[in-house]
Parts: sequence; structure tokens; C-alpha cells
Amino acid sequence: MRTALTIAVKDLKERLRDRSAIILAIVVPLGLAFIMNLTIGPAADQTFETTVAVHDADGGQVSEGFSAMLAQVEQIGFITVETAASEDDARRATTEGDASTAFLLPAGVSDAIARGEAASIQVVTNPDQPIGASVGVALAEGFVAEVNAIRLSAATAIALGAGDPEGLAAAAATEQAPVVLGRADVEGRGFDFATFYANGIAIFFMFFTVQFGVLSIIEEREQGTMPRLLVAPISRSSILVGKLGASFVMGVASTVVLWIATTFLMGAVWGDALGVLLLTTAGVLSAVAVASAIATFTRTAEQAGAATAFVAVIFGVLGGVFFPVTRVSGAFAAVSRLTPHYWLMDGFKRLSAGEGVADTIPALLAVLAFAAVLGAVGLARSRDLVKYS
Amino acid sequence: MSGNTLECADLRKAYGDVVAVDGVGFTIGAGETYGLLGPNGAGKTTTISMIAGLLEKDGGTAVVSGREVTTTGTEAKAAIGLVPQDLAIYPDLTARENLRFFGKLYGIGEDLGKRIDEVLEIIELTDRADDYTKEYSGGMKRRLNIGIGLLHRPDLLILDEPTVGVDPQSRNAILEGVERLGEQGMAVLYTTHYMEEAERLCDRVGIIDEGKIIAEGTRRELVALVGGRDRVSLETSGDPSAAEPAVSALEHVESCSSTAAGMEVVSVNASQALPDIVLAISAAGLDVQAVRVSEPDLESVFLHLTGKALRD
Repeated sequence: MRTALTIAVKDLKERLRDRSAIILAIVVPLGLAFIMNLTIGPAADQTFETTVAVHDADGGQVSEGFSAMLAQVEQIGFITVETAASEDDARRATTEGDASTAFLLPAGVSDAIARGEAASIQVVTNPDQPIGASVGVALAEGFVAEVNAIRLSAATAIALGAGDPEGLAAAAATEQAPVVLGRADVEGRGFDFATFYANGIAIFFMFFTVQFGVLSIIEEREQGTMPRLLVAPISRSSILVGKLGASFVMGVASTVVLWIATTFLMGAVWGDALGVLLLTTAGVLSAVAVASAIATFTRTAEQAGAATAFVAVIFGVLGGVFFPVTRVSGAFAAVSRLTPHYWLMDGFKRLSAGEGVADTIPALLAVLAFAAVLGAVGLARSRDLVKYS
Repeated sequence: MSGNTLECADLRKAYGDVVAVDGVGFTIGAGETYGLLGPNGAGKTTTISMIAGLLEKDGGTAVVSGREVTTTGTEAKAAIGLVPQDLAIYPDLTARENLRFFGKLYGIGEDLGKRIDEVLEIIELTDRADDYTKEYSGGMKRRLNIGIGLLHRPDLLILDEPTVGVDPQSRNAILEGVERLGEQGMAVLYTTHYMEEAERLCDRVGIIDEGKIIAEGTRRELVALVGGRDRVSLETSGDPSAAEPAVSALEHVESCSSTAAGMEVVSVNASQALPDIVLAISAAGLDVQAVRVSEPDLESVFLHLTGKALRD
């Protein structure tokens, strides 16, 4: 054990002096997470809002109903309703970009509807604000559909012998809709982008950082120092443990630095500290296992580095470190679960949402299982790694 | 147990159909320097790799200080110091850090600091001990490479062509250092394809070719194998073939042949034959412009035994 520690300390000392390791382990992931948060974060984090203009030249029952509907939506927070003094003002608001949609309620529209005559509500949209315009059109269509439904109901009742058409219309208008759409956020489970990218980048680079120690085994062969280690009175397993131990320490240290830095610099919320440490430990173990298993199948440090990077990128994409895979389904979702990245993201997501260590146990077990399987492959083939030439 | 530090017998190693080492065996006593001399690809490095426990043996035994060497065992390895042919040092560590790291692997305890200072003095790197080795010259790296092998005071020090690619000044320093090791009682196994190094350093030499030791002994014993013949090289004017019959007929002359520059004569006693050779050439109407007499050396032995030059 002392020998393994000696080798690990020597490797870490070399890595600390090798600035490329520090750059790849800390500077690049930190910079990348920070840039992604700055560029993508605000756009994705923005709440949708649009302004609509209304000119009511009617002032009747239907136009009041329309204004009441808009007021309800405004309360939810999607839209801001501006009242236009004239039709021209309403149109100008859309052409000048102050509103995405203008609703024009012509005089007499309420009376026309009550008499069962043709009537129209005009909707003017701004093509530069397509989402807001679509929302405006949808709101108008929804209102018109409701009015038509009321008129159809009243017409049916009259046809069946009911008198007082105006009374029927008024009664129908006050009737509560049987089904309404509600909107609510899932409390606590949402991912803010800073946290998402902090977690994702940390996991992604975890699988790059650990390769330094594993690759150093091959580098010992390439730079000629492996014979000296092998001829020393130490076991080959202590060489392996020392090298992988250095990898492990590098991986954990890099993730912890990212954890602290993203918390204070980007406002990322990682959640329960013990849970983060446990997931980080499991994640780094699985990363070491992946890198060492791959290294046993390669001949040079270059080959091993390229192969590990390839696997890290594929796992990263499949495992959802760049985008939330909870939004995809089918085969992709199934394959995603076969990567440690998916489970690490799941575990970190739960922690950031305020869940406890117990809630991350399935993720922890999945990552550790991954580490055990690939670690066994690496150990079984370790003679191909710690060898003379 | 005999008094030999190293006893190896019938060492064998093959890579597929290619036999790299085929029944090699020799012994080295304490304080003795043994040279393994052979051209590149002769099997020197494979042989020492098996002796050092780096390579699995296909057959045979290697015993160092009474302990069998294996790739997995650690007891015998503690008695071995290896100076690999390729530089085996860490460039991002200083010389002192390199020595400390390997010293710890060999389990040197409280004495480590003192030993490091001693070795640094021996390899003349005390002044640069705390510089990164990547800043060293080639010769300095070579000296550190040797120093690491010496640090734990091994019973057997194996040096695998330690002067390859070294400038003449550093080379001489390395050779002087190796000479001192033998005097201190360390058994040294020295592989080289430089005949002059083997002649200078080694008490005994094993000549290896195509995986087999084809001759072994002291320099005197090996030279005797080729009959102790001297070589006389003469530069002459005119056509030297005119003098060939007369020179060939001289006493002490075994053979002679004309060359572009003059004549090559093989003699059993050059000092006695030389005056008669010069007279015979003069009698043929030629002038002798230069004479060089070479005593037999290990190069001649290798040439005699294999028909090849060492540097082939």
C-alpha cells in the first residue's frame, strides 16, 4: 500500500507540474460551463411573454367577454394587454413591434352574434414575433370557438322548443366550462441551466481527467521507466493501484473544484453535499474503470487517449450531459440508461432539486455497477497494461 | 550456494518462431565485471531482461545472490540494479526527486537522504540535483540513469549499453564510474557492442551472437582463440601485388593480400616479421609510405568466430 501511495504521489506531482492536465481538468470545464451558461442559459431560462393590443369599438356583451378572457390570461402571466384608442393605433402597435397581435372588435359584433348573424373579430399579427402572434391567434380562435358553441347550444335549445333566445345565450355564457387547462410548475424538479451545465460539464470532463493516470501506465512504457518499476522489488498490482489511485484523486479533485466554482461563480445548485460527494466518488470510479478497460485494448498512449475521448463523448451525448434526455423517448432513452452519465445526471438532478441521498441510491448503484463491470474487465486484462513492452 | 552473485543457466526465449536467446548461461562473481558483447539483435537485451525479472523465461534459471529471479517475485529483485538502455528517468522531476522516488520503491528508509547525496556526488550532479531533468544534457541524463541503478547498492548491477548516444567526455566518465563499481565489490553485467568498452572494463567477456554465447573468457583467453595473430597494414607506392609472392614467403608471415592503398599482412609475430616485409617490398621496387601494426582484439575474435564485424 505504501508503494502504491509513493507511485500515486509521484504521478500527482508530475501532473501538477504538467499544466495541460490542470487545464483539461479544471480550466477548460469551468470555462465551458461558464460560457454555456452565459450564452444558452438566459435564452432557455426566459419566461415567454408577449404584448397584445385590443381595440374594442363594440362595447357589447361579446366584446366584454373577450376582454375578460384576455384579462384572465394576463393574470397567468403570458401576455400583457394594451388597450388601443383606435383601430389605427392597434394596427400601428403591431407594425412597430410594440405588440405581437392586435384584436379588432368592430362595432355591433355583439348584436350580430346575438341575432345569429355573421360577425367577425379581426386579428392582426406581427410576423417578427411569430410565437406571440401564434398565441394571439390561438386565443382568438379559442374565444370564437366558445362563442360558436354557445350560439349552437342556444340554437339547438330553441329548435327543441325553448323560448327567450337572449336569456338562453346569457345563461350559456355564464356556464362554467367543463374542462379547463391549468398550468403549474413541477415544484423543485426543474433544472436551472447553470446547474444543468455545471453538472453536465463536470461529468463530461470527469471521464477525460481520469485518463491521465491510466495513460501514464502506457507512458511509463513509452518513456522507458516501466522496466525500472518492474525490476523494483514491488508487485505489479501496487503499480496499478498507485496509477489508478492518482487518476481517482485527480478526478475527484477536479469535480470538487468545479462544484465549488460553479456554485459561487454561476449560482449552480448542487444540493446535498454528502450526496454530491458520493455520486462524484462513484462517477470517478466508473470513469477510471472505463479508461483502464479501454487502455488494455490499446498499444500506445495516443490510441488509448483517442479511444477514451471517443467513448467519453458518445457516453456524454447519450447520457444527457449536453441536453436533458428526459425529453427524448424510445430507443435513445433506453440506450441512454446504459451509460453512467445518465445515472450521474439523474442523481445530481435529484440532489439539486432538494432530494436527499436516499433518493439517489438507484443512480449510485447503477454507476457503481458500471464501475464494477468495467473495472473487472480492466483488472482481468491488467497484465496487458502493466508490462515490460 | 556458490560464491557467485549471478548464476544463470540455459536461458531460453523465443518470440513465435524467432529464437532470441538459445541456452545462454554464465556466472559473475562479486567484484567481477562481465561483458556481454555482441552486435545489435544478438540477444543481449533479452538475456538481461530475463536475468532482471522483466521477461518470463521460456526455459533456464537465473539466480542472483542465491535467489531465483522471476517476473513476479520481489526478493531477488531487491539485489538487482538495472540501468536500461533507454533513459529511465522522469523529466518533470528533479534528479533528487527521481532518486527519492526509486529509493522509496526499494524500501530505503532513514538512509535515503544520505544515499541520494552520495549517488549525486558519484554521478557528479550535486550542483544540478534540484533542476528538472528535462533541462539536463544527454550526458547528465545518462549519469542519472546509472545513479538510480546504484542507489540501493545492489549485489548485481546490470548496465544495458549505457554509453549509446553519449558524447566522448560523458562516456569516459561513465566508464570510469563502472571501473570503480567493480573495485567496490559489486558484480557488474555490462552489455555493449563497443569492443573497446568490453576490453577496458570487463574481467571476462561472453561473446553472444544469434542468441548463443559462442565464446567466453578473459580478453587473453579469447584472443588466443584466433591464434594471437597480428595484423600489419602497409601503404605503398605502385602496384603492391608485385611484392606479394616475396612477402608471403617470409618467415612469421601467415598470409598477405594487396589492397587499394597497399598491403595487408597477417603475421604470427609482427615485430620480427616487419623488417623483412619492408625489405621485400623495397626489393620489388616499391616505397613503403606508412605502416600500422594491430594486435588482435575482441573485434578480431568476433570476426574470426562469426565471419561478421561487431557493428554489422
